[in-house]
Parts: sequence; structure tokens; C-alpha cells
Amino acid sequence: MTQVLQEEAKVPGQGAVPEKRNWRKYFSFSTDHKVIGIQYLVTSYFFYLVGGLLAEAVRTELATPEVDFVSRELYNGLFTVHATVMIFLWIVPAATGAFGNYLIPLIIGARDMAFPRLNAVAFWLIPPGGLLLMSSFLVGAPGSGWTSYPPLSLVTDQAGQAIWILSVLILGTSTILGALNFIVTILKMRSPGMTLNKMPLFCWAMLATSALILLSTPVLAGALILLGFDLIVGTAFFNPTGGGDPVVYQHMFWFYSHPAVYIMILPIFGLISEILPVHARKPIFGYRAIAYSSIAISFLGLIVWAHHMFTSGTPPWLRMFFMINTMVIAVPTGIKVFSWLATIWGGKLRLNTAMLFAMGFVSMFVIGGISGVMVSSAPFDLHVHDTYFVVAHLHYVLFGGSVFGIYAGTYHWFPKMTGRMVNETLGRIHFVLTFIGFNLAFLPMHKLGLEGMNRRIAEYDPKFTTLNLVCTIGSYILAVSVIPFLVNMGWSIFNGAKAPSNPWGGLTFEWLTTSPPPPENFEVDPVWTIGLYDYGTEEATEVIKAGPVLAMAAGAET
Amino acid sequence: MQSSAIETQTIVNYETEAAHGHHGHPDHRVFGVIVFLIAEAMIFLGLFTAYLTFRAVAPTWPPEGTPELELLLPGINTIILISSSFVIHNADSAIKKNDVKGLRTWFGITALMGIVFLAGQLYEYFHLEFGLKTNLFASTFYVLTGFHGLHVLFGLVLILAVLWRSRIAGHYSNTSHFGVEAAELYWHFVDVVWIVLFILLYLLK
Repeated sequence: MTQVLQEEAKVPGQGAVPEKRNWRKYFSFSTDHKVIGIQYLVTSYFFYLVGGLLAEAVRTELATPEVDFVSRELYNGLFTVHATVMIFLWIVPAATGAFGNYLIPLIIGARDMAFPRLNAVAFWLIPPGGLLLMSSFLVGAPGSGWTSYPPLSLVTDQAGQAIWILSVLILGTSTILGALNFIVTILKMRSPGMTLNKMPLFCWAMLATSALILLSTPVLAGALILLGFDLIVGTAFFNPTGGGDPVVYQHMFWFYSHPAVYIMILPIFGLISEILPVHARKPIFGYRAIAYSSIAISFLGLIVWAHHMFTSGTPPWLRMFFMINTMVIAVPTGIKVFSWLATIWGGKLRLNTAMLFAMGFVSMFVIGGISGVMVSSAPFDLHVHDTYFVVAHLHYVLFGGSVFGIYAGTYHWFPKMTGRMVNETLGRIHFVLTFIGFNLAFLPMHKLGLEGMNRRIAEYDPKFTTLNLVCTIGSYILAVSVIPFLVNMGWSIFNGAKAPSNPWGGLTFEWLTTSPPPPENFEVDPVWTIGLYDYGTEEATEVIKAGPVLAMAAGAET
Repeated sequence: MQSSAIETQTIVNYETEAAHGHHGHPDHRVFGVIVFLIAEAMIFLGLFTAYLTFRAVAPTWPPEGTPELELLLPGINTIILISSSFVIHNADSAIKKNDVKGLRTWFGITALMGIVFLAGQLYEYFHLEFGLKTNLFASTFYVLTGFHGLHVLFGLVLILAVLWRSRIAGHYSNTSHFGVEAAELYWHFVDVVWIVLFILLYLLK
């Protein structure tokens, strides 16, 4: 095996000796941000498959109107754990942990994160947290939805619910430690000359995300501590029979969980802003607009949580406040979408898998965004609240958005991470299957919701049978779509064509070092004054062609 | 961002890494502690807001039959904790003058004051006339003060760890005192949280 994994010879003039692949380090308490990033990525993909299997079980149950595949209790456990896994063990760790850890030190020209050991601790909280959550199936899985609203969560299966609380607390701690590291790294460790207004857009996105994590996740911890006391000790913070107020839990929960949707999408915005200009071979349009809109989204995201609670007895004036703020978020988000479209416009598009997923992201996310503006409207939300319309909306932003983005990022940086190219044919098959399966599975849910089908139910009115069957078939196609992806990844790691340092002609710093980068990232610290997004210009073409060699020569003269 | 020629493509060698900051620099670490404390503050802020909401929504507060809280013991405790913040600050001044002995003295006194505070809190717990589950006020009271108490305990562990390490000659000096600063910042944080807690739980009628 190791023979196949011998790295490419030194690039002439580059000097950096690529590291020999050592598999054991990926199972160790490594403090190398690249190892940790890949640990995050592989772990979160594993839990993606687990969460996917749970989703397939849910869809199988819903293929027919009757309860025939699993029991009602198990069904509740399935969708609860599906959501929890997909949020806390897949999208958040993949979007922030994996790409944040792998890319940030590289693209800012640093040699590691600010706190490498803390970084490793943050990662190693995830496997036990995930396994703990899975173990809840042995004692009766939590069945009150990923929101765990009391009083329902206080009366359903208690052991499973307690495990859910503990597991989410562990995963939340991991996220907070990660965010702390990102903030310090981005603010303190950029290479000389890289001012905030020159740093890559992914850094802006991660800075905004980390601020959100830092401000909102602790509040969820507070809510879960109180819920845990109610559940285990028998206090009555959220239990109306003891004088408590369940709506307070909803406020605390959504103060985290609404920002959480931006925690799941902002890093993806950043990834897309990096991927599109490279493959469109055009400068990014509206660098500052994209950068500052991340901050705007982050701020607005913190003050709109109660739009999840329009039906919780919130007074109309308060609904108005949250409704308007929520709708305003469409503005910075729209700025990003227009900037991306303007970036693609007139570009020389290179339609490889990474680009397909990136453009798939833009189109699918827009659909999710539009249905988002719809549900942000209180009168409309009162009608579709807790129906499949919401399920459709959230999957368009989280699957059509986050998951497409993570796929795009995986394909785009695969050569850098592994030193091998992916197989584009398999990649395109993966994209087509995902795109068809995804739309087949979730588009009909809009109609189901508008017609009044409730979410979180195991049996439904037979009039919804046909559409549900279509959704289920779509979900099976989605399940199948993972196969070419896994085959591609597995095959390419060993047999893919050797990747050059800069296969796509990128201008950000990570493309200036070998693929994969040596442990210290750069032989010489990358500093150049050409803009990081000046793709397509003559100077940029020259620089990309010459690559790090030119940088070396120029450096030698000075 | 559009057009800039390849004016200079400078190379910075490894030797100059200190110039642009590499990990392990004290200012990064102190900044990290501050960021961490922001996260900690948000937990407390969430719990305080929950408490204030319970209070605002309840028909009577504290719920009827809640015994009046004694102010003498927690008042003394509060004074001790606030004073300890001034005491621990002297340690910082001492180590900046390379005075390890001063550092040890001031940290020692702070640790003692912390222990007295925790003992006072435990004494109060055992003499209160309500339990954790008596009513919503009692529950929030115990959870909030208990959670704060755990933070005092953690701060105490940090202080004792610094004291333990300060036995090693040269471990802390005027150029290397991150541990001292971290423990001190944390202690100030715990102190500020207590002031808010004391106002919310004891003084606000």
C-alpha cells in the first residue's frame, strides 16, 4: 500500500519535501491542522452516511400512509436522531471543522492554528459525542424532535432524552472550542500584508460563523442544562405543572438554533466564493460586498430567532419585529447570490464536478432562500407551520445549500488534501444522481406542506400517498448517488492521477505549496501582492503558470 | 482588487517568523482566553435572561411561601470575592517586576479568599429553608449560584496550578507569565458574574 502512496518528486525549485503518507497519524491525537481537518471531514462523512440511513428508514416508513415499517416510537427516534446527526455531526463539523481547519492556516499563510492542542481536543470530542448519541437507540431513542421541546421532551423516553442532552452538550463544546481557535487564528496569524480587506472570503465567512457560534452556542448549553435538571432532577424550569415556562426554553433554544442555520451555511458561502472564481477564471465580483454581507447576515441572524415561534403565542407586535428582521436577511444573502452570478457571467467556465456542485448550490440555495422569505412572513407561516413545506424549505437550504457546498469543497480541495486528482466521470455521475434525487425527494414536499401534511408523523391521510412515494423514490436515488462518490474517493486516493501543486490555477496561498502540503505548510512564507482573486488577468495567468517557482526566484533577488 | 502588477513577490524566510507572529505568542493566548470568556459570559447571559423571564411571567415573585434570603453571609461573601479581584491584580504587577515571591503571596491570598467564599456558599446552602425543587425561584437560585460556584472552583484550580508551577525557578517571569494572566482574567470574570448574580438573586425585589 505504501508503495502506491509514494509522493510525487519534488517540484523543481519548490524545495518543500512532501510528507510521506502515514495512516496512523489520522487516528492519533495529531496537532497538525491538516490532519485534524481531514479527521473532521472523514468523521463527518461517516455520520452523514449514518444520518442518511436514518433518513432512508424515515422515508421508507412514509412510502405508505400506514404505520408498517417501524413502530411509532422508533419512527420518532429515527427522525430525531436523523436531524441531530445531520446538524451536529455532519454539516457543522464538516463546514466549520473540516474546511475551516484544513484551509484557514493554509490560505492565510500560517503554519498551524493558534491553539493546535485545543484544536485536537475539539475534534476528539466528536467521536464520543456521536457514538453516545447512537447509543440512545439501545435504551430508547429520544423522540421529541431535534428541538426537544418541553414538556414533550420531559414525558417521552427519559434515558434517550438524557443521552441526547449530554451528547449535544459535548458536540456544542467542541464547536465552541473550534470557533475560539478560528477567531484567534484569523485575527492574529495572517501572513504579513494580508489585511482584513485582503484576506480570502472564506476567512470572512469563518470569522462571521465563529462569532455566531461563540455568541449563540453557550445559550443552547444553558437551555440544555436547565432541561437536564428538569428531566433528571425533577425541577420545573420548563414544566408548566411546576410553575415553569416551556416557551422560555423555545426562546433559548432558537437563540442558538436559528443562528445555527447560518453556522451551517456561512462557511459554505465562503467555500463557494473561493471555488466559483477559480473555475470561472474570472475575478470575484464584489469582494467587499461578499465579505461584509457575511458580517451582516451574522448580526441579523442573532436577532430573528423568534420567527420559529410565530405559533407559540408571541404577541403580534413581536411577530412583526421578527418578521421584518428575518426578511431583511434576504438582502445580504441576495447580494452574495448576485455577486456569484456576476462572477460566473461571461467567465470561461470549467464544468468539472466541483464547479457543477458549486453552481448546483447557487441554484438550489436560491429556491430554499425564496421559500425562506415565504415562511418568514408570519401570516403565511401560521398556515404552513410544522408542515412539510418547512421540511422542504429546510432541506433546500441544508441539502441543496450546505451539502452541495460541502461536496463542491470536497472535490475542489481533494487534490490538495490527497495529492491525487478525482475521477471526473464518476464525479459527474454523482452530481447528476444527487441533483435528480434531491429535487425528486424534496420538491414535492412543498406541495405536501401547502396541502396540509404535518411533519414528524408516521402515518398520514391516504390522499398524500402519491407525492410521498415520489419523495421516497427520490430519497433512494439520493442514497444511490453516494455510491459513485464513495467509489471515486476510495479509488482516487490510491489510483488517481498525481495532482500538481496548483491543478485549478488558484491564486490563494494553499495552491502555492505541494499537494499534499508538508507538515509546516510552506517552505517559504507565501507573500505576493497580486490580488487573491485576480483570475483571468494577464499578470495572474503569468503568475499561475510560473507558480511558486517564480515566487522563489523573485524572493531570491530581494 | 482588479489589477495590480507583480510588483514585488517577496519572500519571508522562516527566520523572520517571529515578526509576524507564530502560535505560542502570549498575546494570542491572552486573546484566546478573552474569546473563551465571551463564550462563558453568554452561558450566564442566557441563564440570567431565563431567570428574568421566569420572573416577569410569574404572577408573584418570588412564588408565595419562599422564605426571605438572609443578606449578611452572602454580603460578606460578596465583599470577599470583590476584594480578591484587587488582591489578584497585585500578583500581576509583582510578576511584571520579576517578583515571583510576590506572585506566590498574592495568589496564595486569593486562593484562600476563594476557599472562604466557597465554604460560605456551602454553609448557606445547608442553612437555607428551601430545597432545589421547592419552587421556580429556589431552582433558579441553586442552579445559578451552583453553576457560578463551579466556576469559582475552576478558577481556584487555575490559581493553584499557577502556584504549583511557580515553584519551578524561572517558570514565570516578566516576559513569560501567560498562566498568571489567564488565571487572573478568569478570576475577574467570575467576580463580575457574581456581582450580577448577587444583584439579581438577592437585591432585586
